[in-house]
Amino acid sequence: MAFEYAPAPESRAIVDLKSSYGVFIDGEFVDTADGHTFKSISPATEEVLAEITEAGPADVDRAVAAARRAYDDTWSTMPGAERAKYLYRIARIVQERSRELAVLESLDNGKPIRESRDVDLPLVAAHLFYYAGWADKLEYAGLGPDPRPHGVAAQVIPWNFPMLMLAWKIAPALAAGNTVVLKPAETTSLTALAFAEICRQADLPPGVVNIVTGAGDTGRALVEHPGVDKVAFTGSTEVGKAIARAVAGTAKKVTLELGGKAANIIFDDAPLDQAVEGIINGIFFNQGHVCCAGSRLLVQESVYDDVLTSLKRRMATLRVGDPLDKNTDIGAINSAEQLAKIRTLSDIGEAEGAERWSPPCELPDRGYWFRPTIFTGVSQAHRIAREEIFGPVLSILTFRTPAEAVEKANNTPYGLSAGVWTDKGSRILWTANQLKAGVVWANTFNRFDPTSPFGGYKESGYGREGGKHGLAAYLKGGEN
Amino acid sequence: MTATLPAAGVDGATESPSALRRFLHGLPGVDQVGAEARAATLATRSIKTTAKAWAIDRAISMIDLTTLEGQDTPGKVRALCSKAVRPDPADPDCPRVAAICVYPDRVPIAKQALGDSGVRVASVATAFPSGRSTLDIKLADTRAAVDAGADEIDMVIDRGAFLAGDYQKVYDEIAAVEQASGRAHLKVILETGELATYDNVRRASWLAMLAGADFIKTSTGKVQPAATLPVTLVMLEAVRDFRDATGRQVGVKPAGGIRTTKDAIRNLVLVNEIAGDDWLTPEWFRIGASSLLNDLLMQRTKLTTGRYSGPDYFTLD
Repeated sequence: MAFEYAPAPESRAIVDLKSSYGVFIDGEFVDTADGHTFKSISPATEEVLAEITEAGPADVDRAVAAARRAYDDTWSTMPGAERAKYLYRIARIVQERSRELAVLESLDNGKPIRESRDVDLPLVAAHLFYYAGWADKLEYAGLGPDPRPHGVAAQVIPWNFPMLMLAWKIAPALAAGNTVVLKPAETTSLTALAFAEICRQADLPPGVVNIVTGAGDTGRALVEHPGVDKVAFTGSTEVGKAIARAVAGTAKKVTLELGGKAANIIFDDAPLDQAVEGIINGIFFNQGHVCCAGSRLLVQESVYDDVLTSLKRRMATLRVGDPLDKNTDIGAINSAEQLAKIRTLSDIGEAEGAERWSPPCELPDRGYWFRPTIFTGVSQAHRIAREEIFGPVLSILTFRTPAEAVEKANNTPYGLSAGVWTDKGSRILWTANQLKAGVVWANTFNRFDPTSPFGGYKESGYGREGGKHGLAAYLKGGEN
Repeated sequence: MTATLPAAGVDGATESPSALRRFLHGLPGVDQVGAEARAATLATRSIKTTAKAWAIDRAISMIDLTTLEGQDTPGKVRALCSKAVRPDPADPDCPRVAAICVYPDRVPIAKQALGDSGVRVASVATAFPSGRSTLDIKLADTRAAVDAGADEIDMVIDRGAFLAGDYQKVYDEIAAVEQASGRAHLKVILETGELATYDNVRRASWLAMLAGADFIKTSTGKVQPAATLPVTLVMLEAVRDFRDATGRQVGVKPAGGIRTTKDAIRNLVLVNEIAGDDWLTPEWFRIGASSLLNDLLMQRTKLTTGRYSGPDYFTLD
């Protein structure tokens, strides 16, 4: 008789969903000029969660004006220690409401509650606390005795870590003394709107944080708005390039966190059980909706069979299903559109001759689901080895020597992250020095910390978030 | 093939002291951070309702109910034996435990008290818990327990020899005790708290299995830390890989420090997700414990009645 885990769903009663939400401008939830709305659904069930307001150019204009007023009148003149108090207060409220926010995130995004509860929300609070600490210490940022903020920051964030990306953007901006207008992704607006409530709860002065919901058009109106001094974007390389073009020739400062196709390199002397765990975490964490996902596995040929056998055995234990079940390892794909993209690229992988494998697992009838998938027999020429799939799909390649591993790892237009697995310290250091990637993880993967800068080489973007570098991006004289 | 096996396989691993050393040092390392993170993640599994009921009964049936004290009297051993056979006097459906674990000189008392109940008698031996005696005394200790009727022998390895790198001595001793145990099952206690690193736990696990262990066991219960989740995880990986390599299945017994139902269920989750179904029976997985049983019984009663009755309603033995 097998050990079958009974359903262990986290209660969603803790979440108080409204049927519709306005945009958050100047400290108030308000209706938009034209009243257009769209629906936010739960990707696990296709259930409509709420109606979201689509902000148009007039609403963006109002939001930017509110941010400007708040910047001029209160936020830029307030002592850093006072700004810190607000950030600390917000951080504490986030911690107090973390269960609610985790459930909301899992509902809206489709990610497993285990991740939203144990990874996303703790990191959100950690970022807020970390940057709160900087607010009255800007003169130690290495940018002179009194570094000044840029002014109004336009921030556009993706749907993969909605609340966490919001914290990455808002925390350093506010600590440095900027005010912000933030646009969440259209499929995951709800935690950003909950954050707006938290700003009210914390008595944050009106206009310091403004949230405009909507899709690409709203984002474009925001980054192209002439009243914006700084643009920060996380998302696809395609949109990132469009933003770079849009702000070219203006005085706007820009940071971009874009796509990736990270190599996860397994040397033959690696701690193999943990390496397999690292492969799993690298590509199946958050359904592979991770810009720094370890989506290209490079295995030394001498341990290839062992690694593949172990990996398949481990994949067979992954639990795919209800994101709110506390035992779920892999949740739902965020949207029908993303699911279609993952399917298309996976079919291309098969058509190009790579061998596809997934463990047997039942998927729910409704919602957007994709089995954890690996491709073997992949070469550098395959599209699945070059293009970002942004889903639970791993391409496995082999190498013979450390030099070949590095050559293949760097042979990509991207350069966001990489992983190295070996028991030999000297090899870790050598490999990390050779890799052209913003983050190199050694014997671990997908580990984040607010003190550590994060960002890409090449087409993975420019600028850094996190740490002192992330703060500098919101100060004059800092990079970008 | 298996992920934790040197390319040459196990053939020839025990031909000479140097071959044995090469084999053990050729096993892939264990990354401490990664192993602990994996165990911590599995500890978040939420086992509820039907799954919890199943796990509690299964855990009870896997217990080696243990008393290893200088003050163990015949009366104490007899009391524990009746508890082993009927853990919950109020519920005849409650499963009995797997075995009673005592010192060699208490084996006859346990044997007599348990009769044909099906509960086995395990005896520690080989100068338990330190193992610091000569081989002939360890073998005599083992034979005394077996002659008294022990069904299972829980021996300790020579940690001093292991840490000095004398793997052959450890191997030979296990093999000799295995011989002396005759038909009794041999559990080999690694005392992982003294081996200190997970690399050592993995090597000691393979060493014991190569030497003929039927079970590998974490601890004596006399040294802290005892059975931590990451240690049990590494040992479960070892038995899984050993079976892949040799076809022979070896059991695992965490012992020491497992006191609550939650602890026990976390161990079963590890078994389920690391070694797999085949190990989820008392034949292949045991939990060495004393106070754990009453907590399991309290949780069991709460699940069946919906009420938490408190410790006074369960026997203290």
